Amino acid sequence: MEHIIKNGIVYDPLNNIDGEQKDICIKDGKIVDSVSADANVTDASGQIIMPGGVDPHTHIAGAKVNVGRMIRPEDSKKDVVGRAPGQRGGSGFSVPSTFMTGYRYAQMGYTTAMEAAMPPLLARHTHEEFHDTPIIDHAAYPLFGNNWFVMQYLKEGDLDKTAAYASWLLRATKGYAIKIVNPAGTEAWAWGGNVHGIDDPAPYFDVTGGEIIKGLAEVNEMLGLPHPIHLHCNDLGHPGNYETTLKSFDIPKGIKANPITGNRDKVLYATHVQFHSYGGTNWRDFVSEAPKIADYVNKNDHIVIDVGQVTLDETTTMTADGPMEYDLHTLNGLKWANCDVELETGSGVVPFIYSGKAPVPSSQWAIGLELFLLVNDPEKICLTTDSPNAGPFTRYPRVMSWLMSNKYREDMIENHVHKWAQKKTSIATIDREYSFFEIAQISRATPAKVLGLSDTKGHLGVGADADIAIYPFNPETQDPSTDYMKLEEALTAASYVFKDGEIVVKDGKVVNIGLPGRCYWVNSIYDEELEKQIVGEVETMFKRYYSVNFANYAVQDEYLPRSTPVDGVIL
Amino acid sequence: MSEIILKPKEQPLVPIEANNVTPDVFAGKTLEEIKNLGIWHGNRQDRLSKFFDIEGESSENPSEIKIIIDGSVPKTKWIGKAMTAGEILVKGDVNMYVGADMKGGKILVEGNAASWPGQDMQGGELTIMGNAGDYVGSAYRGDWRGMSGGLITVHGNVGNEIAEYMLGGKMVIKGNVSIMPGVHMNGGLLIIEGNVVARVGGEMKGGTIVVKGIIDEFLAGFKYLGIERDLNLEGEIIEGAYHKFKGDLATKGASGIVYAAVAGNSHIAPY
Ligand SMILES: [Zn+2]
Repeated sequence: MEHIIKNGIVYDPLNNIDGEQKDICIKDGKIVDSVSADANVTDASGQIIMPGGVDPHTHIAGAKVNVGRMIRPEDSKKDVVGRAPGQRGGSGFSVPSTFMTGYRYAQMGYTTAMEAAMPPLLARHTHEEFHDTPIIDHAAYPLFGNNWFVMQYLKEGDLDKTAAYASWLLRATKGYAIKIVNPAGTEAWAWGGNVHGIDDPAPYFDVTGGEIIKGLAEVNEMLGLPHPIHLHCNDLGHPGNYETTLKSFDIPKGIKANPITGNRDKVLYATHVQFHSYGGTNWRDFVSEAPKIADYVNKNDHIVIDVGQVTLDETTTMTADGPMEYDLHTLNGLKWANCDVELETGSGVVPFIYSGKAPVPSSQWAIGLELFLLVNDPEKICLTTDSPNAGPFTRYPRVMSWLMSNKYREDMIENHVHKWAQKKTSIATIDREYSFFEIAQISRATPAKVLGLSDTKGHLGVGADADIAIYPFNPETQDPSTDYMKLEEALTAASYVFKDGEIVVKDGKVVNIGLPGRCYWVNSIYDEELEKQIVGEVETMFKRYYSVNFANYAVQDEYLPRSTPVDGVIL
Repeated sequence: MSEIILKPKEQPLVPIEANNVTPDVFAGKTLEEIKNLGIWHGNRQDRLSKFFDIEGESSENPSEIKIIIDGSVPKTKWIGKAMTAGEILVKGDVNMYVGADMKGGKILVEGNAASWPGQDMQGGELTIMGNAGDYVGSAYRGDWRGMSGGLITVHGNVGNEIAEYMLGGKMVIKGNVSIMPGVHMNGGLLIIEGNVVARVGGEMKGGTIVVKGIIDEFLAGFKYLGIERDLNLEGEIIEGAYHKFKGDLATKGASGIVYAAVAGNSHIAPY
């Protein structure tokens, strides 16, 4: 099947195309040089074309996401969509049901989204939900930062064993990256505590968060993974945490990137950094330290961050950072779900209302924007809301509009947020406005590259997957800086979205769900002999401590309708 | 007042969802249009006229409309959902969710109501002459923001967890109440003229509960404040002598008030 998209205004940062009028040719799901005269034609005159969006950090599938749905029927009630021909009905504003999640990403022109926290024990559940999440390509990051095997091997100082275990676990869970959440802290939570900073050891294992970050960062490159370690730092959400954040950022510095697939040059991906950029000692003297964090990112080349932008909505927080969720529950008094995942991790879920009338959420809103606007190079920063933690992913168009329009931000600062946004942060003094090229960087090019998927994702060059978004906004006649409401509308409802070369969205509505999304996972074998030994040790631990049989642990191939392995080292 | 009379035909086995039966929806519609209103029956839509013979005349203004359901409709849910004005009279029983999300106007049910009458109610008056089920004037499942205004009166007995997460408005129960009335209550006034089985005001943080009858079992988390006579609550004088309690101190910073009639409740007063 051939297709040609004519006359659109193209933003494709990985190919250095900045607003050129250009035709895009598609054949058999890929972007090609040219097509025959029989190709279907889509006219994109006066409209923006970008590669399909790539979300490097979101929570859309798995146990805690589902707990979020279950404990919040009132969130489901708020947002209900009936079924349509070829589509399921669904519900949920901050935690939509699986089908709605797929549709909603696609409607915004997003075609790839990564589940950022998968407890290995619950990998099957995660992939089952992916199975029911249409359209978008996806992957899941298994949690390693509080895992007993990892901590035991690191305690023994045995990086080889850690690497062998990690490569086995990535294959067993069909996982994509090494995710680290509050390293040592969630294990401490199993004992009713937490760790503070990176030098506080986990109970029994006696390894610190810093040692876990360092060990796993080395393992990540020993395995040649496509993505760097994906780090949720210690002390999330605590005033004064920026020092822990900066210390954590420094840990993997000096390690050399060694991806077998893709061409990332970073060795650290730090997530939802907005929640980690706070100064002060309590919520009264709390201030933004986003400028210091941004300065670090500007001066160092081993790191990419995502923001976790607060969108000022009522949402649902969910994380493997169990002790943080308990803190949040005692802070806002709302309901709380807590989960212990045996030898691996934990999690918590708490609803949260980021009200523009309240001082702290307003400051958090401003801190996120400070990061976006003070990090100079859009190759070092990705757009996320840590969906749904700081706000649902359906608000990305609004975040983009805030970035592109100083006027929009001024209106927010003057009329819609608490004065702390000005008092505690520098947001009111920044007038930078993102260009469409830069928006395409933070939402397409940068995440695709740091994921190691930029051969086929995040760009529109020949050979890329034909995942394409067309937005009804004309950059030649409309000014995003002043027409920001129109821009937000346009980005919310793409006029066309192509996935694998098929039209899946037209005029903001899903018209076809196309193929199942690809599931990316890392195929690496570090040392076959050592792995056998490790698996033996794992089996022993299963018999002793796990609630499931070892044979029921690994995710079988049948779970992945469109399995897409990505190579790590195979030794 | 223009009257529209809905004479129920045989009620189906699977309940129908009559959230379209409100003065707001009927306003400005012809009789023919009202007969053709969609109504959910299980997983498909039917016309309102499938379940009711309909006659009368509508009006442009919802406050000028009185809907009379001329019979018992024990398989009909959501009557008066989110109505803002006008009146509904039901000459019999109703199923769940009568007056849910109600914002104004009046509903009178001459028979019994099933559970969830007046869920998340914000204004208006809902009166049930018979008994009602559980969760009278309670919050939507999962929500911590419940009934915030209006008046609910039940002349008969009610079930469990009424006024759950109540924030404001007033509820009067003339009969007896099962367990946990006013659970998680944060505001408003709940008056129970009959008896309560147990756990009145569990985890309440605010608001006021008056029990004129006997509370079988009372919670330990309430602080005794002594006896008060002839209560003056929201401009209404409630005569008699009452034990006054503050709680539920199982919840941090709680300042809910429970009054229990001195007569019959000596077993819960601390002397
Ligand atoms: Zn996250």
